[in-house]
Amino acid sequence: MTTSLLVVSSMVVLGAAEMGDAPTHSPSILASFYIFVLASILGYQLITRVPPLLHTPLMSGTNAISGISLVGSLVAAGLEQPLLCNMLGFLAVACSMCNVVGGFMITDRMLKMFKKEEE
Amino acid sequence: MTVEFKEYFTEAAYLVASVLFILGIRDLSSAETARRGNFLAQIGMFLAIVGTLLNQEIVKFEWIIAGMVIGSLTGAVMAIFMPMTAMPERIAIVNGLGGAASCLVGISEYYRHEIDLPFKMGVVGFEVMLGALTFTGSMIAFGKLRGLVNSSPVTYKRQNAVNISWAVLMLALIACLVYFPSQAVLFYLLLVMAIAFGVMFVLPIGGADMPVVIAMLNAYSGLAAAATGFVLDNKVLIIAGALDGSSGLLLSILMCRAMNRSIVNVLFGAVGQVIRPSGQPAKTSDREPNKIMGEEAAEILARAKSVIITPGYGMAAAGAQFAVRELADLLKANGATVKYAIHPVAGRMPGHMNVLLADAKVPYNELVEMDEINPQFSETDVVLVMGANDVVNPAARDSEGSPIYGMPILNVDQAKTVIIIKRSMSPGFAGIDNELFLMPHTHMFFGDGKAAAEKLVEILKQKET
Repeated sequence: MTTSLLVVSSMVVLGAAEMGDAPTHSPSILASFYIFVLASILGYQLITRVPPLLHTPLMSGTNAISGISLVGSLVAAGLEQPLLCNMLGFLAVACSMCNVVGGFMITDRMLKMFKKEEE
Repeated sequence: MTVEFKEYFTEAAYLVASVLFILGIRDLSSAETARRGNFLAQIGMFLAIVGTLLNQEIVKFEWIIAGMVIGSLTGAVMAIFMPMTAMPERIAIVNGLGGAASCLVGISEYYRHEIDLPFKMGVVGFEVMLGALTFTGSMIAFGKLRGLVNSSPVTYKRQNAVNISWAVLMLALIACLVYFPSQAVLFYLLLVMAIAFGVMFVLPIGGADMPVVIAMLNAYSGLAAAATGFVLDNKVLIIAGALDGSSGLLLSILMCRAMNRSIVNVLFGAVGQVIRPSGQPAKTSDREPNKIMGEEAAEILARAKSVIITPGYGMAAAGAQFAVRELADLLKANGATVKYAIHPVAGRMPGHMNVLLADAKVPYNELVEMDEINPQFSETDVVLVMGANDVVNPAARDSEGSPIYGMPILNVDQAKTVIIIKRSMSPGFAGIDNELFLMPHTHMFFGDGKAAAEKLVEILKQKET
């Protein structure tokens, strides 16, 4: 728990430092790397606490979350650029949107099935 | 809204989204809060999408809308109509789609020739490589789960040497690209090699090792998303990708631990080929198991005061979970306590048995994990093994020479009576004979899992009336 707190607070600090220079979009590889490492540690800490009972919903849930690649896909699909790039972006948007919508829906459908006592 | 305000809003939306993802995963630590967690993550995703669409550089909305509509419809149709029995296949497909998305974004980034920094080129290389191999690897995993591709390991001579050199070569290509980013040939060669590698590294992995493969592909699709985040300098992508990556990694470690095997052995060991050392005849032919029929099995179950049901992949393959639950209801009505013993690697994906039984409306407090249930077998009247084999093989505990020695098992042999529902005496996935089947207190009830469970239900119902 303490580790999680430590990791979260470091992430917030780094995130805030990042936001400071957001408008200029300076490439901040080091900060990105820090965030990646800290988020991985935090993820590890959080996921250790997920019981085996929920391992399948965990997989489909994190899958829906990793559909966040949608954010990158949207940019790729919407920029003023060669048409081929837009087409690739379009395919990427379709793939990640399918993961996001389907992933969250089926995770909810699964979690609804887990009931403690029968009525 | 001014441009500057929009940019701050986007960053704020990303920050809130990251926090909501973290809180969402935290809520998955208990079945009571899990649905709330899923909801929090949905809000996070919505914010991240809105924040992105405010980006000034996005001008062509027609492609975005088309992609979103097609993706949402496909995703929703899959989520609503796909039966729970097809969950492993679904997970394989969505891992593949996640990988494909990252790969496509990477290709479009490269094609636009905006890559100036060596670091960025390296990350684009990783993104495309991970994305492409996750896509094809997942498709092969899907094929194996569906039975479209041979689910036993496909091997050839020097396979591991070929695979490892292939991987090294891909890394070398990325290194070259860092120095010569304009050499498009190298980039597309990398893409093709990664596409092939996905197929090459999943083909030699056997069906029962699928839980590890699926968890690993899950990790790869997360890492590919995180790499996209590095390329676009987007923090929410990095955080969400890292969360997915660590989840997949942890699950694959847990699965390996539950099989007492290293991840290297799962990936390169090609375990699951039916190899029998020559000159050593099958032991099972010497002794005959105690065969019983439905009536006798029902009789034993009707007398039991405590019953533990041990499901395995056989239950999933036969689709027997509903009949099993009906059987459990009858036994409970008869005054017996009924629990389910869940081995971590039973089935084809992490948590497979839990999802199937929950779908059959088994309350989750009856689903007991291995460490908790193992001490209880010795006080149990009857254990009903439903299509499980290697995970209940006492050789893993007792016989040091056995290939599966050291793998944690469910100690079903310690129960007073064991009934095994199984199609035949054939060895399990690991190709090892199971002593349990020949023990004096074990009864073999041969038949299809679903038909057998339905037969027991029918007989027990007749007894009642």
